[in-house]
Amino acid sequence: MLSEFRLPALGADMEEGTVVQWHVAPGDAVKRGQVVAVVETDKGAIDVEVFEDGVVRELVVQAGTKVPVGAVLARLETAGQSAPPSLPPEPSGTAQEAAGSRARISPAARVRARELGVEVASLIGTGPAGSITIADVEKAQQSTQPSRQPSVDRAGERDMAPAGGMRAAIATAMSRSKREIPHYYLSLTKDVTGAVDWLAARNASVPVTERMLFAALLIKAVALTCRDVQGFSGFYRDGRYEQSPSVHVGVAVALRGGGLVAPAIMDTAVKPLPSLMEEFRQLVMRARAGRLRASELAAPSIIVTSLGDAAVDAVFPIIQMPQVAIVGAGAVSSRPWVVDGKVEPRQLIVLSLGADHRVTDGRLGAQFLAGIAERLAAPEKL
Amino acid sequence: MTPGPGSRITYREAVKQGIREALARDPRVFLIGEDVGRYGGCFAVSKGLLDEFGEERIRDTPLSESAFVGAGIGAAMAGMRPIVEIMTVNFSLLAIDQIVNNAATLCHMSGGQFPVPVVIRMATGAGRQLAAQHSHSFEAWYAHVPGLRVVEPATIDDARGMLRPALESPDPVIIFEPISLYNMEGELTDAAASVDLSHARVHRSGRDVTLITYGASLWRCVTAAEELATSGIDAEIVDLRSLRPLDDAAILGSVRRTRRVVIVDEGWRTGSLSAEVAMRIVEQGFYDLDAPIGRVCTEEVPIPYPKHLEDAALPDAARIVAAVRRTMGDAQ
Repeated sequence: MLSEFRLPALGADMEEGTVVQWHVAPGDAVKRGQVVAVVETDKGAIDVEVFEDGVVRELVVQAGTKVPVGAVLARLETAGQSAPPSLPPEPSGTAQEAAGSRARISPAARVRARELGVEVASLIGTGPAGSITIADVEKAQQSTQPSRQPSVDRAGERDMAPAGGMRAAIATAMSRSKREIPHYYLSLTKDVTGAVDWLAARNASVPVTERMLFAALLIKAVALTCRDVQGFSGFYRDGRYEQSPSVHVGVAVALRGGGLVAPAIMDTAVKPLPSLMEEFRQLVMRARAGRLRASELAAPSIIVTSLGDAAVDAVFPIIQMPQVAIVGAGAVSSRPWVVDGKVEPRQLIVLSLGADHRVTDGRLGAQFLAGIAERLAAPEKL
Repeated sequence: MTPGPGSRITYREAVKQGIREALARDPRVFLIGEDVGRYGGCFAVSKGLLDEFGEERIRDTPLSESAFVGAGIGAAMAGMRPIVEIMTVNFSLLAIDQIVNNAATLCHMSGGQFPVPVVIRMATGAGRQLAAQHSHSFEAWYAHVPGLRVVEPATIDDARGMLRPALESPDPVIIFEPISLYNMEGELTDAAASVDLSHARVHRSGRDVTLITYGASLWRCVTAAEELATSGIDAEIVDLRSLRPLDDAAILGSVRRTRRVVIVDEGWRTGSLSAEVAMRIVEQGFYDLDAPIGRVCTEEVPIPYPKHLEDAALPDAARIVAAVRRTMGDAQ
């Protein structure tokens, strides 16, 4: 039978996307979960997976076209029926040539694209021999950032002004969260000297590539606590809360060009620490390279945001809809702390919780936060 | 009477004024070459100078480029400041041994004891139907040689002003005078008194594309830029002025502003100055380029005699405009 492959919502705030590249052509067999297209969204270029096994019959949307969520991107011949004989692709001039060879882009445009964080593979060149020029790069940048002036040379501003499309997306999503979610906030200072020492001892005995960050402990502790205390890992939709069957902790990753994304480490609670750490490392790398998968962005049931490297004490984070909670962590730092009636220097961290008052109350939130702290006290069990 | 700043004069008159001033200012200066005296110069540049300065200082020579260029070099080594005129660059090839093997090397080979402060002027280029033995542009051959300074005035001010710093230079300086510009009229300004030998000059500012050129092609670029302006393309024109050394900073500075380049060179494309300029841009400004570098050069033929064929061989505004449009791609 013929099935329609539609543009999925790659995040709650997504309304439209631009198909920038097809990885498949009519006649290709595809498997469920296979990446078939790259779609440019406010969160960057995202690999989109197909939901069914089948054979691509027709690509409805051509690369370069912007379409709303839900639009039919392609038609697939699925299950039970044999695929129609695949026709040889028609030669189509420049598109064919471009597919076969490296995309033409001027040296200056390549530099500019890097500065602006624009994915050049998606652009259509207007320069000599169809090459991508600075103007093409800047136009692509502008089309995702209507509120900003075309940038000329903003070397000084670069750190401050992230990719405009993403800024706009964050603005929309966070405004909506703050408007609609009655947040309550709790924070708790925890002595994590034990965990820090445990981590140092462990890292001393493994190769550099296998060293673990404190963040990995925190992510795992949050995931496990989500299973203990219900009401924090799930989604609030249409006036009701729904606990997520599996805990997928999203990790807030700051991007170099500015802005942030929070892709999920899937099934976080059941992953052993070393593989969780490895996955975390990969996720950060791919996030910064703009190569996240759609499922990773849509999946988080709760988010952990750590500003530990920014040397702040505490974070008061905003929940990402439709989630209902977010855990923040400040820097681990050496502070005076009372142990057995005596003041001692200890490694302290301030954990914080932003939670949705429509779903939980402060007492349950306190229990949740204390649960995380407790699990951090026993890192060997994580 | 010498026309002063603010007056309109020809390129020929500007060159002559420069020579007169040099002769009047410095007794070590003399002019030597074929027909520079009684005939007044093959292109009438030195007309009247013989009467004014006498045979000692305006010296006619036999038709023997190697001999009189060598005489100029020897005089320079002995303390004089000779201005040697060679009719055209084609004829300078008879003296290239003197220029390349002696003028360019002696200061170096004598450990600095014998600088050669000679100035050699020669006409260059096509456009006057002088055919294949009088019309070529061999600037690049001289610009290849360390020890020489090579300049090409394209404006009235430079034609008037470049001789003075050339005579002050301890190195041999070759001044190329485009044949097709001798009759060009323009305004002489105060700037003529302070021109230098080292820097390129932005002749016209623009933001979309840089036309890099020298000599007679400057004015082809000006025409092209005016035509491009009517379709919204704002061309910058860089007049190289100095062909050796090349002013990399000015070239790269302009490229960084516009990011597109078309080099216009009356020399043949192969092994040309345009190739050298383009390569320097690639070496130093590759990541600033937004399009491949374009070139407009003379067709690779001996310059033809018939007017229509000579015109067809040379860079012109239409070819420059077309090259710019190719560089702009669809974005034009």
